[in-house]
Amino acid sequence: MTAVEIPVEKWPGAVREVTLGSGYGGGTRTSTVTVGGETSLPFLGFEGALPHRPALAVEVVDTEPGDWSPELVAAWGDDLKDPAKWAARAVAEGAELIALKLRGCHPDFGDRSATDARATVDRVLAAVGVPLIVIGPGTADKDNEVLVAVAEATKGEQLALGLCEEKNYRTIVAAALGNGHLVIAQTPIDVNLAKQLNILISDMRLPLERVLMDPNTGALGYGLEYTYSVMERLRLAALMGDAMTQQPMICTVGEESWRQKEGRAAADVPAAWGALAERGVAWEVTTAMTLVEAGADILVLRHPSSVGVLREALDDLTKGA
Amino acid sequence: MALTGLQIYKLLPKTNCKECGFPTCLAFAMKLAQKGTELDKCPYVDDEAKTALDAAAAPPIKLVAIGTGERAFEVGNEVVLYRHEKTFYHQPGLVVRVKSDDPQLAEVAARVADYEVERVGMKLRLDGLAVQHAGGDAAAFAAAVAAARAAAPGLPLVLMSGDPAAIDAALSGGAAADRPLVHAATAANWQAMAGVAKKHGCPLAIRADAGDLAGLVDLSESVRGAGIEELVLDPGTTSLAADLAAFTQLRRLALKKGARALGFPIVTDAGAVTWQAELARATQAVAKYAGVVIIDHLEPAAVYALLTLRQNIYTDPQKPIQVEPKLYEVGAPGPDSPVLITTNFSLTYFSVSGEVEGSGKPAWLLVADSDGQSVLTAWAAGKFDAEKIAKTVKDSGIESRIDHKKLVIPGHVAGLSGEVEEELPGWQIMVGPRDAVDIPNYLKNVWGA
Repeated sequence: MTAVEIPVEKWPGAVREVTLGSGYGGGTRTSTVTVGGETSLPFLGFEGALPHRPALAVEVVDTEPGDWSPELVAAWGDDLKDPAKWAARAVAEGAELIALKLRGCHPDFGDRSATDARATVDRVLAAVGVPLIVIGPGTADKDNEVLVAVAEATKGEQLALGLCEEKNYRTIVAAALGNGHLVIAQTPIDVNLAKQLNILISDMRLPLERVLMDPNTGALGYGLEYTYSVMERLRLAALMGDAMTQQPMICTVGEESWRQKEGRAAADVPAAWGALAERGVAWEVTTAMTLVEAGADILVLRHPSSVGVLREALDDLTKGA
Repeated sequence: MALTGLQIYKLLPKTNCKECGFPTCLAFAMKLAQKGTELDKCPYVDDEAKTALDAAAAPPIKLVAIGTGERAFEVGNEVVLYRHEKTFYHQPGLVVRVKSDDPQLAEVAARVADYEVERVGMKLRLDGLAVQHAGGDAAAFAAAVAAARAAAPGLPLVLMSGDPAAIDAALSGGAAADRPLVHAATAANWQAMAGVAKKHGCPLAIRADAGDLAGLVDLSESVRGAGIEELVLDPGTTSLAADLAAFTQLRRLALKKGARALGFPIVTDAGAVTWQAELARATQAVAKYAGVVIIDHLEPAAVYALLTLRQNIYTDPQKPIQVEPKLYEVGAPGPDSPVLITTNFSLTYFSVSGEVEGSGKPAWLLVADSDGQSVLTAWAAGKFDAEKIAKTVKDSGIESRIDHKKLVIPGHVAGLSGEVEEELPGWQIMVGPRDAVDIPNYLKNVWGA
């Protein structure tokens, strides 16, 4: 028999471990989620440690989304009308995290107040025991207003607050810093911009153990390869020891996959596309799996079936690793 | 592995005779390393140097062709581990498996041959059919292969059987003319299987026990010793974790260690009980190094997703797929039709033009030169700013073809509208939707389509 010497890369660096939930004491969560800690490329158990498998989050919106794919509406039914019920159902479907989006606070989608936002977060916290990610409506003024209110009202819950962007991160970082939360740093598919924002956040003295980075997800067929390669480059840099690239990565797979035509169009599309019932989930699963291979640590999904498929795939990927 | 200029220089006569056309042997060596000239230009190079250079010039992963004619496909000849280092060159073949005793065999074969989907102006198709020997003797297998060939003429095949006599019967029955991939030679059958593949001139897959790369090396040495040159490696793994470890190790061994015995493309059986689980395995295989991916489910949605993924992953990162920047007419626009502007990333162009066309409202579509970047990426890189938008409008001559001065910019760059108005005095800048899919509604509500 021939002996084959398996080439093993020796990486000097590691991805930081980041814990969501009540890892630092206090709070009301019944479970925590820790991600990161990898000392090898994704799932190469022969090469390094993979202490935590990627976590599956399900996106929940504070107000019933009127523009979601009919396939998602069919899957969640009336749960879409109540974020607390929706979150509880998501946990029953396998979600390890809830990503609550405060879209209804956006001036164009309801303009709900900071008080409303706090009430919604409270209701979701009461409905589930898993850690929460809370995402603002996406306009700077309103993000700052509602996220500060939520951060103060939920001290100790160790939420992940987002999104911090280069043009708007200070208020959110300060709110996280003062109340024991985490932040999500989002940059537009670029290694250097991602590093730069991590540096800016770190300069405000928020420990990097409390920062997740969102490299900005492109869906399958809509820029996926850009996200894929930027994530591969970020992960390689992290393993080579570049401290400002060592944050675990979170990917908004559901949002990006389901807003594309492939996730929404039920009729007037080529027969080769298949039926929407299969196509939407196929789009989400393929996007998610591809990014898992590039180092995604948290996947934010929308369809319950995708959660099941990804959970089985991750079981298979981490078997014996 | 490729030699550097200095390594090549050491093999040359070092006489600087200039007969090759270069001033020095070193200059000639440097050009050779860049593949800018041929070794034959040196009249004095010795055989030893020739052999060394030929060996070094051979690709670390051999290019293997499966099938013949218009639908034949080639896999292998990859040079990097990560696509951002250069690019991935040869897309993995996507092959659907049917069992030889399946009563639907001919129908499945025809559906595989006919499947076609268009994306960003390219037609994407499945690459082949794998016929798996299930039940029946060699003659039954040969009959099934003949039926598949009749139902899908010209479609590349993978013949899957552990019985060399069955493979021989199918190839002798005419399939050899299609140059199918023979799958597979194992430790138990390799002598007979290699004999059959050699007799018919077909590429051969070798399969080891799950993840046993040493076993794969031994098999590779054996069948190459028997005269087979076109090999495909099946590491025999059956889980996502084992697949990934084996494929990664094979790619690294070929590229970084120059392991000749393992310098061949990989074939993987991604088949699973559900199409969803199979899609997850095939996704990993496409992203991570497989050359031929065998699936069991002809589920159009999953196939469409996989073909799209393959197109994404195998796009050259240095060369985004672009369209020509110019003024496009969608439908038959008139003087009062809307003018929309976007970038020349092909996906952006096809998404926008497809939606405008679908809306039934004729429109002028101005495509700015953004070096093939999408709206957001181009905007972030300063390649789709107010100045570029204004210049595109002015250079296009659109002004003389319309009786209004309204320009619709993408919703993603809504923040630019003030600046564009300054750059284009007299124009009214309107903000369109962020996503192409919302264009029909926008045209209907705002432009009365």
